Amino acid sequence: MQTKRSTYQNRWLPYCLLAPQLIITLVFFIWPASQAVKSSFERTDAFGFKTTFVGLSNYARILSDPSYLNALGRTAIFAVSVTVLSMGLALLLAVCVNRVLRSAKFYTTLLVWPYAVAPVVAGVLWWFLFNPTIGLLPHVLDWFDINWNHRVSGSQAMILITIAAAWKQISYNFLFFLAGLQSVPKSLIEAAAIDGATPFKRFWSIVFPLLSPTTFFLLIININYVMFDTFGVIDATTGGGPGQATMTLVYKVYTDGVAGLNIGSSSAQSVLLMGIVILLTFIQFRYVERRVNY
Amino acid sequence: MASITLEGIKKTYAGGVQAVKGIDLAIEDGEFVVLVGPSGCGKSTLLRMVAGLETISEGTLKIGDRVVNKLEPAERDIAMVFQNYALYPHMTVYNNLAYGLKNRGFKKPAIEERVRKAAKMLEIEEYLQRKPRNLSGGQRQRVAMGRALVREPAAFLFDEPLSNLDAKLRVQMRVEIKQLQRRLKTTSLYVTHDQLEAMTLGDRLVVLNAGKIEQVGTPMEIFNRPASMFVAGFIGSPAMNMLPVEYLATRSADNLLDDLPAGTDIVGIRPDDMHLSAPSAPHLVVDSTLELFEAAGAESHLYVRLAGSEQPTVIRTGGGEPPVNEGETLRFYIARSALHPFNRESGQRTG
Ligand SMILES: Nc1ncnc2c1ncn2[C@@H]1O[C@H](COP(=O)(O)OP(=O)(O)OP(=O)(O)O)[C@@H](O)[C@H]1O
Ligand SMILES: [Mg+2]
Repeated sequence: MQTKRSTYQNRWLPYCLLAPQLIITLVFFIWPASQAVKSSFERTDAFGFKTTFVGLSNYARILSDPSYLNALGRTAIFAVSVTVLSMGLALLLAVCVNRVLRSAKFYTTLLVWPYAVAPVVAGVLWWFLFNPTIGLLPHVLDWFDINWNHRVSGSQAMILITIAAAWKQISYNFLFFLAGLQSVPKSLIEAAAIDGATPFKRFWSIVFPLLSPTTFFLLIININYVMFDTFGVIDATTGGGPGQATMTLVYKVYTDGVAGLNIGSSSAQSVLLMGIVILLTFIQFRYVERRVNY
Repeated sequence: MASITLEGIKKTYAGGVQAVKGIDLAIEDGEFVVLVGPSGCGKSTLLRMVAGLETISEGTLKIGDRVVNKLEPAERDIAMVFQNYALYPHMTVYNNLAYGLKNRGFKKPAIEERVRKAAKMLEIEEYLQRKPRNLSGGQRQRVAMGRALVREPAAFLFDEPLSNLDAKLRVQMRVEIKQLQRRLKTTSLYVTHDQLEAMTLGDRLVVLNAGKIEQVGTPMEIFNRPASMFVAGFIGSPAMNMLPVEYLATRSADNLLDDLPAGTDIVGIRPDDMHLSAPSAPHLVVDSTLELFEAAGAESHLYVRLAGSEQPTVIRTGGGEPPVNEGETLRFYIARSALHPFNRESGQRTG
């Protein structure tokens, strides 16, 4: 087997080139993460003077706290709806664009734009669109006798953050689905057409199974996205409210830690959140991946 | 079982590429017809129009008595074997064969029976539970054939099904395809660019060039009497030698070439019609220099340069030792009756 090997004049040069990335990872990921693990076993008094080691009591407390368990359930619903919505729509769009190959490039460019929008900006955008007083959509919904006010209705607030979070992710999913669709050999579809499969049947019995590695990959990415990356969207649209209606795990970490100054509990929550994501990813790799490789 | 009739079939791709420029062809029920021609001549396009994978720009296509121009591939009652086999990679061999039957609403026992029968015929019973990626190229080829014949369609369409196999396997599968077709008597249209495959497989050959038919006929008709210089050069290996009449006229003492048909300015001579000993029939005598001797077992190829001409020429003889050393003079004889007269400008046979 051949290995790629570059030679440098100065043996320190490779380390220098790696250093920025390593430093960023250390400062912004490894160090905070280890701090979080450490402080999840500690309690700091209200003035921040005294820190005591309290073992697992932070974990015990949040796991018996109904508001945490509610947030857990809510996050599960949120994760499933965002993933299904964003992947479903992305697949639909990819199938449509894949059919009109000649103008595909044009549509692809358009459909990728949302991904370049920062989460907070996306949040603000949807906040404006759905704003009960000045927004366009509540106005339209009014025609259908739907009274939109996500500041009052918890379920409407949930719908809002789901749409806002999914919208951004559609672009990313779309790109991968489109690439996946284009790598399905045309002759397979033709063979299926000769074999008497309707276009619908062709898609579900040939194309979709062949896309399953892509789907599986996107599933993991999307769940990770919902778990961690939707903070900005929620913060800009609902801020976790009304009440606790859109308080997801990641937003609760922020609320309890930064707003509530309960560092011990917040750290324990973030460690749990990381644990949940690692566990989910592990389960997916363990049980799903085996079935998607044909 | 059905005949296939093509009347004035044309294909113009978006962008104005004329891939097929008017094909008339009648394929009889049970016949094995081979479409042969160089790369890009429109063979695949024509086959795919018959299959329904490509729209027909102009003309009428009939399978049996039905005009099928507007029918979906599934409604045409044909089966196709693709060059890359196009097996469904996520399905077992069994399901690959069963897929078309399931889609047509066959019942489980009927599917089982047909798949077993096809698998037996192609000797792929052992692999029925395997996925295509766990099969060798030759086995995949058989599965692709199985998928075509399990449905017992009215016609088989083949698009260069053997070109991904190694030389030995190709010969073996060629024989099997021929035997299978003889047994099933299913109308078959087979595309290849390999003239040997075409000669050995077809009841009839259709030689295509640049989207048009050059000649239709049995393999021996085409070999013995090529209708154009293109066919002459394409069918037969090594290719037919083309020598200008004015050159040959200077080489023959008597007026042997005077009775060539009007308009003949070039004649074709098969490499095996050039003999190293004089035949008793009227013949030409040509001197040349042996440039290269190529021994290929049962036969040998002599690459010679003709005296007073730059024309590269090949002679085929039985195997063995070179008659003279390379670089030495070689005299050969051509029977008058072995000449194929052509007109250079029109490219057509003159008589
Ligand atoms: N989808 C298409 N759009 C435009 N032109 C095409 C298309 N498909 C084929 N062609 C052109 O039509 C001509 C015939 O193509 P075709 O595939 O039928 O050739 P072929 O005889 O099968 O060649 P080969 O032996 O290389 O497979 C070629 O010039 C090709 O470039
Ligand atoms: Mg082709």
